[in-house]
Amino acid sequence: MKHGEKNILFGLYDDEEILKTAIVQANADHLNIMDVLTPFPVHGLDPLLGLAESRLHIGGFVFGLIGTLTAFLGMTWIFTRDWPQIYGGKPYWPILSFVPISFELTVLFASIGMVVTFYIINGQGPGIKNPIIHPRITDDKFCIAFDTDELGDSQVEKLRNFFKQTGASLVETKTI
Amino acid sequence: MGSAPTSPIREPLVQGQKTYHQITEDLCSPTERAPGKAWTLAFIIALMAATWGIISIIITIWVGIGTWRLNRTIGWGWDITNFVWWIGIGHAGTLISAILLLFRQKWRTGVNRAAEAMTIFAVICAALFPAIHVGRIWVVFFFFPYPNTRGPIWPNFNSPLLWDVFAISTYFTVSLLFWYTGLVPDFATVRDRAKGFRKKMYTFLSFGWTGSAKHWQRHESLSLVLAGLATPLVLSVHTIVSFDFATSVIPGWHTTIFPPYFVAGAIFSGFAMVQTLMVITRKVLNLQNYITIGHIESMNKVILVTGTIVGVAYLTELFIAWYSGYVYEQFAFFNRALGPYWWAYFGMMTCNVLSPQLFWSKKIRRNVTMTFFMSIFVNIGMWFERFVIIATTLARDYLPSSWSFYVPSIVEIGIFVGTIGIFFVFFLIFVRVAPVVAIAEIKHILKSSGDQYVNANGQTTLQQIEQGGTTIQAAGHGHGNAHH
Repeated sequence: MKHGEKNILFGLYDDEEILKTAIVQANADHLNIMDVLTPFPVHGLDPLLGLAESRLHIGGFVFGLIGTLTAFLGMTWIFTRDWPQIYGGKPYWPILSFVPISFELTVLFASIGMVVTFYIINGQGPGIKNPIIHPRITDDKFCIAFDTDELGDSQVEKLRNFFKQTGASLVETKTI
Repeated sequence: MGSAPTSPIREPLVQGQKTYHQITEDLCSPTERAPGKAWTLAFIIALMAATWGIISIIITIWVGIGTWRLNRTIGWGWDITNFVWWIGIGHAGTLISAILLLFRQKWRTGVNRAAEAMTIFAVICAALFPAIHVGRIWVVFFFFPYPNTRGPIWPNFNSPLLWDVFAISTYFTVSLLFWYTGLVPDFATVRDRAKGFRKKMYTFLSFGWTGSAKHWQRHESLSLVLAGLATPLVLSVHTIVSFDFATSVIPGWHTTIFPPYFVAGAIFSGFAMVQTLMVITRKVLNLQNYITIGHIESMNKVILVTGTIVGVAYLTELFIAWYSGYVYEQFAFFNRALGPYWWAYFGMMTCNVLSPQLFWSKKIRRNVTMTFFMSIFVNIGMWFERFVIIATTLARDYLPSSWSFYVPSIVEIGIFVGTIGIFFVFFLIFVRVAPVVAIAEIKHILKSSGDQYVNANGQTTLQQIEQGGTTIQAAGHGHGNAHH
């Protein structure tokens, strides 16, 4: 086993409803789920897994604000300090003219910032390879994975029983 | 999810009793098999058109704008007509993927992927025109404000033409990010089925997507905020395009109705192009179970509404020109309808105002052949609209001595045909490389909108209503595409 790798035990379920029941069972049994992987966003998983709401949108707001300020202050500096110029008798500081570009840069900064943040915190990006637990997870199987590195044989057996009880269609170990 | 409330009167959005695995099979298989004859033929034709376009662009850049038939009176011809036409076509993609996401319209899942791809390719074609129409494309970077050695000299932030530069570049970037973010999980699906070189390619394209619950949560949050950003963005883009005209002093352009009228027209023409593409794609790729007659009907309804808005705008313009008592404005509209380009005006009126009215008939809305021909009509009509606004108006300016007439040169025609070629080259590559229908999103709506579930769900909903309706709210909790 190479450095950074870990042993996992995972089970695949055929339907998201069975998966949800299984997670409820796992919570009742105080099992420490490493990750749940699904082929599409299954609603209702977050509270079961205790996932806090994503704060990505807060980041989006901050990036957007940076965009607004960049545009507005940038144009203000250019038109009032760096190179003041009269266009068609308009004032040096035509705030209304700044609205479209300020808006566009707000959207641009917020979008780029959020998308880049999204991939960074997910550990994803062009060319990045993350371990694939099972090829059917992106197809039609719903996966619960446990980290078994710290667990003794009896505990692993307990996990296997859990999968059996909750109706997993496939249970396997893997080193990722 | 099983208890998701779906009205029993809703049409199923996924037909053929699909399972999750069948959805994967159906939607991935077009990327996995060798291209058919129809695809190859279409690709060759598109490539030829694109080549003609590229040669025409090279001639334009090499020789100069003199190869176009613009003159001192008519400074904008096919170039800006094509620009506005293409950028308008792009709008449907964002409308479907962003606005319909916010409105929780589940039928968007069948067409959003292809429509967004269309947006991106249309914006590429659109952006080409302003870039080459400046004549000296090698100094086109002067558009962008950056600290430079020319003074520094900055662009004019009062100019709608500069706003347009920002609007179009933002629009392209955000559409691309939105589209690609949606594609990543589907690329992962293709990756996990692929072998050899394709596996490597899709591993790269799928960014290491695993499908972890936390990642999905962030993905949905991101999609929702991007949709929220893209919605005002798409409205702003065509508003700003209309400012290119509306903030000028040219009679016929200088009108406050332009922004909403342009936005409605953009959505109108965009949906027509989506129909043109989807009617063919669903047939060739065998996707009738995912892009159903119901989807086509929904889009035809949008075409009817936006076409009617556009019609009202045309009539309002005429009325206001008369009512204003302003002779220059009156002449501009008289000239549009009865001047040297009367045929363009009547082409526009017939294709954009009269023909969509056929869609009041449900039979016609649900007829695929009629839809296809109507979509072509609308595309032609909307091209005429831009031509009428631009060339017709300019042809008759203030001094009769400077009145002129404009016909495009072979180079201008070549560039236009070329952009259609470029558009289809991109689109045809896209249908080979990426799943045309969003796989994960279809799976997500399967249990509420699959045909084997709709009736069952409807029955459940009816029972719940009979039992006193209190359960409905509880059931309403767990579904909706962007539930956060």
